[in-house]
Amino acid sequence: MAIIEQIVELMVRAVMQGTPLLFGSTGEILTEKSGNLNLGIPGIMYIGAISGVIGGFFYQNYTSNYNVILAIIIPLVSSLAGSLLASLIYGFITITLRANQNVTGLALTTFGVGLGNFFGGSLIKITKSDTPFLALSKISAAYRTTLPFANRLGLFGNLFFSYGFMVYLAVVIALIVSFVLKRTRVGLQLRAVGESPATADAAGINVNRYKYFATCIGGMIAGLGGLYYILDYSKGIWANDAFGDRGWLAIAIVIFAIWRPNVSILGSYLFGGLYILFNYVSVSMNLLPLMQMLPYVVTIIVLVIVSMRKKRENLPPASLGTNYFREER
Amino acid sequence: MSETVSEKFALQLRTVTKAFGTKVIANKNVDLDVHYGEVLAILGENGSGKTTLMNMIAGIYHPDAGEIYVNGEKASINSPKDAFKYRIGMVHQHFKLVDLFTATENIILGINDGNKFDIASAEKEVKSISDKYGFVINPKKKIYEMSVSEKQTVEIIKVLYRGADILILDEPTAVLTPQETEKLFDVIRNMRNDGKSILIITHKLHEVLAISDRVSVLRKGEHIATVNTAETNEIELTEMMVGKKVSLNIGRSEPKDTCDRLIVSGINMTNTEGVKVLKDISFTAKAGEILGIAGIAGSGQRELLEAIAGLRPLDDGNITYINPVNSEQVELRSKSPMQIRELGVRLSFVPEDRLGMGLVGNMDIIDNMMLRSYKKGRSVFVDRKPPRQLADEIIESLEVVTPNAQTPVRRLSGGNVQKVLVGREIASAPSVLMVAYPVRGLDINSSYTIYNLLNAQKENGVAVIYVGEDLDVLLELCDRIIVLCAGSVSGVLDGRTAKKEEVGLLMTKVKGVGENE
Repeated sequence: MAIIEQIVELMVRAVMQGTPLLFGSTGEILTEKSGNLNLGIPGIMYIGAISGVIGGFFYQNYTSNYNVILAIIIPLVSSLAGSLLASLIYGFITITLRANQNVTGLALTTFGVGLGNFFGGSLIKITKSDTPFLALSKISAAYRTTLPFANRLGLFGNLFFSYGFMVYLAVVIALIVSFVLKRTRVGLQLRAVGESPATADAAGINVNRYKYFATCIGGMIAGLGGLYYILDYSKGIWANDAFGDRGWLAIAIVIFAIWRPNVSILGSYLFGGLYILFNYVSVSMNLLPLMQMLPYVVTIIVLVIVSMRKKRENLPPASLGTNYFREER
Repeated sequence: MSETVSEKFALQLRTVTKAFGTKVIANKNVDLDVHYGEVLAILGENGSGKTTLMNMIAGIYHPDAGEIYVNGEKASINSPKDAFKYRIGMVHQHFKLVDLFTATENIILGINDGNKFDIASAEKEVKSISDKYGFVINPKKKIYEMSVSEKQTVEIIKVLYRGADILILDEPTAVLTPQETEKLFDVIRNMRNDGKSILIITHKLHEVLAISDRVSVLRKGEHIATVNTAETNEIELTEMMVGKKVSLNIGRSEPKDTCDRLIVSGINMTNTEGVKVLKDISFTAKAGEILGIAGIAGSGQRELLEAIAGLRPLDDGNITYINPVNSEQVELRSKSPMQIRELGVRLSFVPEDRLGMGLVGNMDIIDNMMLRSYKKGRSVFVDRKPPRQLADEIIESLEVVTPNAQTPVRRLSGGNVQKVLVGREIASAPSVLMVAYPVRGLDINSSYTIYNLLNAQKENGVAVIYVGEDLDVLLELCDRIIVLCAGSVSGVLDGRTAKKEEVGLLMTKVKGVGENE
């Protein structure tokens, strides 16, 4: 039984590790479907995290009558607002000003990480704490509330019901985005924008509007990944740089999932598992970096396989990374 | 000659005028009447303003002056969407389709009619439209699996799906095989019998005669005449299309000491889409003369020059170069572009996109000179002195208007870009100089500078190959003219004696008449 328990535990940890990745990759897929390669997603996830933390910090420390519903809503809304602003920066520079997407994205990531650490540091200063941490334990408790019957269902309950609401939110959002992309008019038009903006333009679709909406909504979804990481996964503890390279992993999952958010659910959990696998197998310390490399190795293998099969449907959106200029005579 | 505006006409244009910038007048005071249930062919040479005129009807451009009436009522058409409100739809030459989508998905793209989004019922409607008019199409097929003619079918159904009663087809047969063209014509006839008005842009005379009820001829942006197809013939249409000869006074010296320099024999080429673009082309370019190549745009001129320059593979045939130094015969077909270049064959290609193949827009004039000379010298460092001198020479002798030689080429005007490009090609002392559309978009003075340069090259014993579109220029500049039509040579004419109508007729006819070589 011990082995099974251990496997279930690994799976539970994989889901928890995978959830920020799922938010991030779903947001990035939505953005990329409009032809925008937003490499600023890691930065936006940082900004989403710190914005939520700021909101939660002030609510937790400066309110007299504490309310659980508000404890959830305030960090959520401030996180969404922060990611929205960050996405608008990216959108304005690449869509309106038509600057290079890669450069803008990378700059935004550097900016986002710096911004997160700056405000994180400031908040830690405000608490006059001796440790380099900031704990939002009350808020985190609200985020980690599980269904009451979860721990009565044994391993099954452990595997499916032991999470805070954001884990389910991530899955629901991924499924919704999948559905919208595949089955709705808006999705068809968004994909047209990403595949061939000139065609979409000729068909009367407002290309820039679609790009803005996809980039902003995508960024907001990704930002929730940062929020989840701090308030649920890390139990409300903010430490500078703790979020690590998860944003890049999310972008790798986009390729792994061949631009399908429903595949991304599995991909995220798989990557989440691979990310922490080293805790569950005994390897010597100097092999550890190799183990941590696993998710990226898998990504490369997927890339090779997809490229070899050359199925048109599995390729990135055709206009990905390029800005759209309407041809004027 | 134009009728009064009334609801008896599907579409009427009155004194429609459009200019691009201050110099180029694309359409001038055009009147046009389109009946219900007719096929009207819009005939004209390249640059006669056919497409611009149709784009105004389709809402892509807005006329500077003049009115458009639909069903006798004044219409204001500012976008393709507006055009659809008036039940006007246009099928462009370059398809606007999303490769990854199915036919149906492309057809319904952009329609927000408030109805439920339902692919299945849209597929049914696509099927019923195609059955009604005799199209053959699978609504579920992805665009990337389709042939060119299937893609065109999707474009036409797209317009019909939006309820168009007036259809504009921009050179629909340019990409089709004769069999596919026949099928398209059947469909067009079905649409006409259904009461739709079809405007078809073309410059192929035999197709005009085969499909249209009436023909409107445009020349240099003006409406020349509209005639009933049954009452006209190819000769009359050609005359209307090319007009009377205009004298340009381009100096042309008698060729002297001519000898064979480049012998092209029996070359064939198939492009990546599997279409045969060059068919059994043979000719000889002689040193000391200018050989003109005439033809409708896309008849194989570009492919021919690129084949000679070693940029495109041939199916078969030979290109033999005769070395001026030792009269040695060299086969170019097996050579790389670099080897061909070293022999002195220079290609100066000026397609619409000037900066595409000849120059690098972001680099300055000096650096662009170095694109030809970077291999010179033995040191790992490049020597910037000679290219700088060359740049200064070109700027001075060709009167290039530029702040200095360090200005990025893309900031120069079209004419100056062209001078830099041609100047560089000539400076490398070629023995064969191929130029394509060297005066496109240039003002009169710059054009004459280029003509004089070409003439000077000819007098120096260079074999010049000149691809042009203006027949008057071809007839005054070139010693001999080859006419290409749909990838094959339809005639070889003497530049001094040939008539403009003769060239015009050869350009539009698949079977040649004047093959006297």
